[in-house]
Amino acid sequence: MKAEWRLVRLLGVSAAALLWVVPFAWMAVASLRPGVPTDIASLTPAGPFGLDNFAMAWKSGDFPLWYLNTLAMCGGILAVQLVTISMAGYAFARLRFRGQELLFAAFLLQLLLIPPLLIVPNLAILVSLHLYDSLLGIMAPYFASAFGVFLMRQTFRAIPRDYEEAAMLEGASVAVLIRHVLLPLARPGLVAFAIVSLTAHWNEFLWPLMAVSSPRNQVLTVGLATFASGAEAGSAWGIVAAGTFMVAAPLLLMFLLFQRRFVSSFVFSGIK
Amino acid sequence: MATALIVERLRSGLSADRAVKLSPPRWLPAAVLLGPSLAFLAAFTYWPVIRVVAGSLIVGRFAGQTTVGFGNYQRLFADPHFSRAAWNNLAYAGGTIGPSLVLALGLALALRETTRLTGILRTLVVMPLLIPLVAAAALFSFILLPGDGLLDFYLHRLGLGMVNWLGDPDLALGSVTAITVWKNTGYYMLFFLAGLAGVPQDLLDAAKIDGAGAMRRLRSITLPLLGPTFGFVVPIALLNALTQVDHVVTMTQGGPSDATNLLLYYIYQQAAQNDDFGLASAATVISVAALLSLSLISFRTLERGIHYES
Repeated sequence: MKAEWRLVRLLGVSAAALLWVVPFAWMAVASLRPGVPTDIASLTPAGPFGLDNFAMAWKSGDFPLWYLNTLAMCGGILAVQLVTISMAGYAFARLRFRGQELLFAAFLLQLLLIPPLLIVPNLAILVSLHLYDSLLGIMAPYFASAFGVFLMRQTFRAIPRDYEEAAMLEGASVAVLIRHVLLPLARPGLVAFAIVSLTAHWNEFLWPLMAVSSPRNQVLTVGLATFASGAEAGSAWGIVAAGTFMVAAPLLLMFLLFQRRFVSSFVFSGIK
Repeated sequence: MATALIVERLRSGLSADRAVKLSPPRWLPAAVLLGPSLAFLAAFTYWPVIRVVAGSLIVGRFAGQTTVGFGNYQRLFADPHFSRAAWNNLAYAGGTIGPSLVLALGLALALRETTRLTGILRTLVVMPLLIPLVAAAALFSFILLPGDGLLDFYLHRLGLGMVNWLGDPDLALGSVTAITVWKNTGYYMLFFLAGLAGVPQDLLDAAKIDGAGAMRRLRSITLPLLGPTFGFVVPIALLNALTQVDHVVTMTQGGPSDATNLLLYYIYQQAAQNDDFGLASAATVISVAALLSLSLISFRTLERGIHYES
């Protein structure tokens, strides 16, 4: 009785998971079918297969530029964030100063007041700072990260004070202390934050769409939106699938390779 | 080193005054460490909030004179597109948060044991989290396409008729909602899996020996212990319900006839297409106020949950 119930449950979940993966399956299958097959919806076509759609997508979209812009944007955001969140996280974990609780609450406000919500004033601010229509303009609102500060505060709190005190007693300078004691111990927190940050910004759409107007500053998501609407208008669904594949593939691949890291980072991001 | 020196001098009986002069002010380290973050927060979080509130109250600018009033709010509340967007957003919030949390919890309960198979199934459910919402939109544009689309293709094989999932005003919001549920369920499942790992197995076993059925154990043990998990998943889901509109931008543009217009899309429309910054600002203020008030309650639970963990 019990074993049967388990089997039923497992079958149900497997069916749900298979249903969940249908969009990906279609993307993979359709992207490999050249031309305009009438049964383009089929998940189990007879063929022929080829890479024509990828070549067409690569030619009609500005993929190299979009990849570079997206990498520069994600990398730039992350580089600045790692510095700001380590500093602020350390301050909240180790120092005691007046108004600390209030200031921390003020930091946490940013968890909700994210740039896509504040597009109207943020655009005006970008214009007055002469950052409108630049990659730096997309990045700037993310340089401070309340979530990151929160994460690093927890990370530093988990590091015993003894390590720092011992290093200080041995006469280590602040630079040595940071490089050889604090950063290595804080690594798990920093890696978790990096994964969450990269995923969030790689996938972001509305803010980069608003903050940039010229094609040379477009990132992958914005490029894909225009590219896909053009291809959809021509019913070139194989090319849509190939283009979407190219946008989604890097992160998906990273996820499949480093699954455990990703999952623990996402979970860490919520709990710690 | 410097601190050690000061401590040494203090101990050797030098006056406290001199020691204070030697040491930097107590607040200096905090100011230096927090300065960069605070500067960016000021420029791109606090200042925008002040600015958008001010912008919502500016009614007109004529010949260097600025008129202040509630005119934008009056226009906003009189705009049927706005009230439609607000109601739609409520339906969107309920339609995404309820089903995705129930599904996520169900999947987490079913997949909580770690085996090769459950590992694979978890991966499949989490995958949508890794792709941009606009990529999901591109895929679902085809899946929901009337006639040749994937859903119709397979429904036809089952002998079912053609449905215009995005074109029918009665179905469009449901379709958009379903895409968001597809995208987010795996994310929430991860949190529930982590939360379930913290539910002591001996407690469940003890309840079982005492004759508590599966539903009873879920209701009386598992769900209460998942309280902190809900405490932070719900605010995240609320925020998502307000900000995840990328697919509306690329698939439906709020249509047909406002059926999928959501608050952030309305704001985007007013700002980017109609250049009506007064109206866009007022709508932003209302949306942010709603989000803050709804989230603050669960937010406190979030902090409590975290201290509980550590």
